[in-house]
Amino acid sequence: MKQFIAFIKKEFRHIMRDNRTLLIILGMPVVEILLFGFAINMEVQDIRVAFYDPTPDAFTTGITERVKQNSYFTYRGDMHSMDDMEESMRKGELDLAVVFQQNFQENLVHSGEAAIQLLSNSSDPNRGSIAVTYATAIIAGFQQEQTELMQIPFQIQAENRMIYNPLMKSSYMFVPGIMGLVLMIICTIMTSVSIVREKERGTMEVLLASPLKQGTMIFAKTIPYMVISFIDFVIILLLSYFILGVPVNGSLLLLFLVAILYITLTLSYGLTVSTLVDKQVNAVIFSAITAMIPVLMLSGMIFPVDNMPQALQAFSAIVPARWFIEAVRKVMIQGLGITMIWKEVLIMFGMTLFLLGVTIAKTKKRLE
Amino acid sequence: MKTLKFLIEKEFKQMFRNPLIPRLIVLFPTMVLLVFPWAVSFEIKNIRIDVVDHSKSTYSKRLTDKVSASQYFILHDTPPDYNTAMLNMENDKTDMILEIPSSFDVDLVKSRDSEVGVAVNSVNGTQGLLGSNYIMQIVNDLSSELRGELTQTLPPQLRASMMHMPKIDIVPQYKFNPALDYKNFMIPGFMVLLLTILCGILPALNIVMEKENGTINQINVTPVSKMNFILAKLIPYWAVGLVVMIISITLSLLIYGLWPAGGVIAVLISAIVFILSVSGLGIIISNYSETMQQASFLVMFFILILVLLGGMFTPVSSMPAWAQWIAAINPFNYLTDTFRMLYLNGSTLADVSGNLLALGVIAVILNGWAVFSYKKRG
Amino acid sequence: MSTRVIEVTDLTKKFGNFTAVDHITFDVEEGEIFGFLGANGAGKTTAMQMLCGISMPTAGAGTVAGYDIIRENELIKRNIGYMSQKFSLYEDLRVWENIRLFGGIYGLTDKVIATKTDALLERLNFREERNTMVKYLPLGWKQKLAFSVAIFHEPKIVFLDEPTGGVDPAMRRQFWEMIYEAADQGITVFVTTHYMDEAEYCNRVSIMVDGRIDALDTPAELRRQFNADSMDEVFRQLARKAKRGD
Repeated sequence: MKQFIAFIKKEFRHIMRDNRTLLIILGMPVVEILLFGFAINMEVQDIRVAFYDPTPDAFTTGITERVKQNSYFTYRGDMHSMDDMEESMRKGELDLAVVFQQNFQENLVHSGEAAIQLLSNSSDPNRGSIAVTYATAIIAGFQQEQTELMQIPFQIQAENRMIYNPLMKSSYMFVPGIMGLVLMIICTIMTSVSIVREKERGTMEVLLASPLKQGTMIFAKTIPYMVISFIDFVIILLLSYFILGVPVNGSLLLLFLVAILYITLTLSYGLTVSTLVDKQVNAVIFSAITAMIPVLMLSGMIFPVDNMPQALQAFSAIVPARWFIEAVRKVMIQGLGITMIWKEVLIMFGMTLFLLGVTIAKTKKRLE
Repeated sequence: MKTLKFLIEKEFKQMFRNPLIPRLIVLFPTMVLLVFPWAVSFEIKNIRIDVVDHSKSTYSKRLTDKVSASQYFILHDTPPDYNTAMLNMENDKTDMILEIPSSFDVDLVKSRDSEVGVAVNSVNGTQGLLGSNYIMQIVNDLSSELRGELTQTLPPQLRASMMHMPKIDIVPQYKFNPALDYKNFMIPGFMVLLLTILCGILPALNIVMEKENGTINQINVTPVSKMNFILAKLIPYWAVGLVVMIISITLSLLIYGLWPAGGVIAVLISAIVFILSVSGLGIIISNYSETMQQASFLVMFFILILVLLGGMFTPVSSMPAWAQWIAAINPFNYLTDTFRMLYLNGSTLADVSGNLLALGVIAVILNGWAVFSYKKRG
Repeated sequence: MSTRVIEVTDLTKKFGNFTAVDHITFDVEEGEIFGFLGANGAGKTTAMQMLCGISMPTAGAGTVAGYDIIRENELIKRNIGYMSQKFSLYEDLRVWENIRLFGGIYGLTDKVIATKTDALLERLNFREERNTMVKYLPLGWKQKLAFSVAIFHEPKIVFLDEPTGGVDPAMRRQFWEMIYEAADQGITVFVTTHYMDEAEYCNRVSIMVDGRIDALDTPAELRRQFNADSMDEVFRQLARKAKRGD
């Protein structure tokens, strides 16, 4: 035990001496949570709009003015032909073109029908369809005002309530995701690279030949990293709460336990990576790719897992961040207790055991 | 110039001596393009919904049926009261609750105005918003159906005014991606992501690796010029990037039927300028790092910023002004935009020349910095 | 009197408060084998790196191969060879590839490199190892190869930083034979070592203690001055005054 503590102390000193790395490890999450927490926003804004109105009249100008005044739209000028319109869309200068039928008002008044074409740049389908939705709503509103109809019968009003995130802040959704991503990257690279570095220089063999058991040795090496990662988590949490205004509705203790479990899991993954490669470059590439892309794509951080095809949903089940992010959302934002996240916790626990098992088996084999 | 040949030769040999790298260059883009485009979609289907029907009338049944028939919703349960439904939401068994009051049909018939309650889990803001929009659509559909059926029963003068209500026909046309397929939008983004990862991480580790191995000293005592040394580090990543691009272009044609209407040459030219800028960034990181660990943290830090603030996943235009300034110097943002224009909008090389110019300026600055920050004398 | 290829006065290097090299003044003559001795941490490597143009002096002046060490460091590099304490050829390149790379860097043409490589491998008895990856060579062989690469472009001066560290005596002897051969070709050799028997092989030696040069002369003269039987004893007498540890 004394040896064990002495060894942990040595590892700590080793890490604390490297000021620059320490600064990076502790500074990186601060910058990223602030940048992403404030900047990432899914809401569609600043829709660049232009009009093509061959015969301006009271109706068309009315609609045009209304669209121009709407805060979602940015007016980019009038077009003089369909060709103009096509060209600026191709150049990527325009998101939506509103095209009025010739003699709009006359048609509307006399035949009771007139057409507006909405050309939306839908290379981004989300943006494209939302632009159409917004414009349609504005036109409908205008029409309702104009016709000043008596109350339309058989109206059904829907009263909406947004549960958990009434202000619809993007940060509520992204903060747990960013936590999962940043911790995954830091923990995996930190362990895998530093252990492979020792392998590269042959100092690992010396350590493994020491009287401490291999299991204990590896455990001792990861303790300082665990402490640093936990500090990272606390920093992220404080910034999210005090600066980004993301609530902590559930138990703080539970949140910490989930975080410690996830940190252990990602550190174990780093250990596993270190047994699979023998060059630092490869450790970095392997960790970076496996820690970043699956978290971005499959963890539910950005794209909801429920919308994915079955095969991908199954694949996403092996991404540790998916379970962490779900658990954090439930505890932090929905304020749920342990009974609601036991599934996530058990899965993460199982993954940790599995990875540690693989690591120990691999290390033993190498030494034999 | 002659020395450059020897240096480039050396970089290529070293690159291919690590068996992981050639495999990475081929397998990584293949994997990413085969698998991940299927994961991206903001379109939400299969929203689980609980309907609490206090009315239990013909109209409320019609509404429930319409909801469960919709492609967007899966009727999870019809619990007796709101609290049970809320418990389901807390247990993550349902995403939405539609509550129909007991007076629903009475209100509809008597006062012609009725109200339903909708509660939606909005942790994911967009999902919440879309879910409630879909419900509104269904509710509106129902009311116009009812209106149609029952106009006949209205007093004559009211019926007349309903018939003569002028109608504005809104004809939407979804240009460049008529099927509103999210994959088409994301695939050009994936190409940029691949280039960023491969041509950013590898150079970031390169010089610092020479520092750790001590070979950098051996190079520094030679008369090799800083410019040549850095160029020799950059050029192999062009080759890497071009291979990645060729694989990506081919796969997206074969699997997704996507081909750059703006010309494949334009795609490759813009890729080359972009690679130069991310590799330059990698070299700068490598020059300032003491260990590979530092370099790897730093390069991941910057890659995350490039990617998440680069318009691939969330629109740049919805970011706050200061973040848009970051986007204005973000090469990732320019290339994603360029690729999307070339692939989807059918833009030509001339149309994207502004982006190319910006990428060029960024590349020159970053590589100038890369040469400057490489110190032959400590 | 022959020309001086290295001349330095009051050369100093500080890292923060720590003075690694403290006002050293000396010169080296053409064709000489100059031993640069000192305990670990005495400042040998730092001094050598300033002479090679990869470390900027804090104070002092000097010339190497006729070029100013402050301003003309890139010109110096054309005229010197360098082999460092830490083996620093590319481990993941083959023997011939390393030779070709450094030949190319010093501006030799493919043809010249090819013929010189053949001759070199022949001389070292390395033909079999031509295609061997450097990391698989035994340490002694690596060092011989590194030395040969350092003088491949026929520099005026070659700097050797602890070239024989960690190899057996037989290998060290072979290595010193190579040094003599180089000196016979007119290459000035500037060598640091902490093997005192090797000091005897040098024409002149300097001994650094705590960043200063405390003694400089031929081995025979130093032994006489310090009334010692061997260079080892000379060194021990001087090292006793040292304040810096390892």
